[in-house]
Amino acid sequence: MNPILRATGITRRYGERIGCADIGFDLYPGEVMGIVGESGSGKSTLLNCLAGQLTPDAGSILFDSAQQGVCDLLTLSEMQRRTLARTELAFVHQNPRDGLRMSVSAGGNVGERLMGVGARHYANIREQALSWLERVEIPADRIDDRPSQFSGGMQQRLQIARNLVTGPRLVFMDEPTGGLDVSVQARLLDLLRGLVRQMGLSAIVVTHDLAVVRLLADRILVMKDGQVIEAGLTDQVLDDPHHAYTQLLVASVLQA
Amino acid sequence: MSAYNFAYLDEQTKRMIRRALLKAVAIPGYQVPFASREMPMPYGWGTGGVQVTASTLVPEDRLKVIDQGADDTTNAVSIRRFFEVTAGVETTTEADRATVIQTRHRIPETPLQEGQIIVYQVPIPEPLRFLEPRETETRKMHSLGEYGLMHVKLYEDIARHGEIATTYAYPVRVGKSYVMDPSPIPKFDNPKLNGSPAIQLFGAGREQRIYALPPWTPVKSLDFEDYPFDPSRAAGQCALCGSTSSYLDEVITDDSGGRMFLCSDTDYCARRVQEGA
Repeated sequence: MNPILRATGITRRYGERIGCADIGFDLYPGEVMGIVGESGSGKSTLLNCLAGQLTPDAGSILFDSAQQGVCDLLTLSEMQRRTLARTELAFVHQNPRDGLRMSVSAGGNVGERLMGVGARHYANIREQALSWLERVEIPADRIDDRPSQFSGGMQQRLQIARNLVTGPRLVFMDEPTGGLDVSVQARLLDLLRGLVRQMGLSAIVVTHDLAVVRLLADRILVMKDGQVIEAGLTDQVLDDPHHAYTQLLVASVLQA
Repeated sequence: MSAYNFAYLDEQTKRMIRRALLKAVAIPGYQVPFASREMPMPYGWGTGGVQVTASTLVPEDRLKVIDQGADDTTNAVSIRRFFEVTAGVETTTEADRATVIQTRHRIPETPLQEGQIIVYQVPIPEPLRFLEPRETETRKMHSLGEYGLMHVKLYEDIARHGEIATTYAYPVRVGKSYVMDPSPIPKFDNPKLNGSPAIQLFGAGREQRIYALPPWTPVKSLDFEDYPFDPSRAAGQCALCGSTSSYLDEVITDDSGGRMFLCSDTDYCARRVQEGA
């Protein structure tokens, strides 16, 4: 099996400081990878480099695209890259405000990607939007409400629906459960797990919450100071951490 | 008269604007930046249109200026007077006798002909502006042809009002390329943009943009397959000339609910009255 994403030597500096240095990994279809680490460890920098929102100073990111074959995301033309970003890739932001159009109704938010790839039939767009709202447990009668009238958890679920409507193959998530209370978090995680299974999605999830990666991720990378210090199967790394920092991280989790 | 250069603007400026116009005609629907000048009128009163008109006028031209279809409203009268004084060109109110027509918010009912130039005053040239506030981003969207967002606006209209509720400045696609703001003309006038024999020039003074449609350019109003474009018109007829096909203004005549419809195009209406229609 070919990896869906192969990153090699990803390096990004902020002047003198290092954002992330020489990071490489393979991600296989249907696999969910977690990136954990404390604030400032470079996990968001890495994610933004992978998702094309930051340009790394060095490295290559090979993506196995259904339309374009294996291509390097860093050397694609902007048009191809943006087309991929609307169809085969998706990005779920920590703050739904960054990923939603707050002045456009929920239906419009979900429909945008469809219209972006050429859907021009109102009834069909609306039908798909409704079916996605149902899948993320937003009542159908909220379809014409604006996201600003939604709760935080609903906004996050709407953002997920908006991203998944075109059936992407790889989803980037930046702290998808950040800022939500635990019961809402649990339902969101449940939803994400179900969608990943059903759609056979590959995903890269950045989080500082070890419980989230344990639930979602098959494999994890532990980052510190811009370096990957430990990598492996999630349970293996979390139950038997080798690196001193990983041990500290695991030991720091509060027990309820 | 001698105190001004012909048509007010100096020759250098006119040359600069003509270069922008040539580029705009060569790339239909593309917004060409130009160095808009201060004009002796406030922004929003047609400074873009006036600069384009000044750069296109030659002494043999016959100029018509309309505002909301009328030749006798403040804006139309003062711009017409402005060019009478600064250019000394002949002016007219008859759409078919004019060689250059500067307009705000309407296209004349009388069909335009080959050889005519129509100049539109444009307040906001960017059709995506209210959807995407960043100019850098909207330019990128134009260059990559990413116009899904424009349909999001139409989707919102239908979701909220049951139909496409945009009634003026209705976005159009020029050929198979750029999406363009047709200036705030009523959508009733949109079909007249398509394949027009006249040269259509658009000037936005405050926003410093010029764009154009060369003659015979195909122009299509955006819509959905199941909600096709509808150039709506008030159901009524003109109280003066009886026209049932022209674009109508509704005029309130007293405080007890009296109202009547009138053609918004005064030249068209007056001539129909004269001909005894």
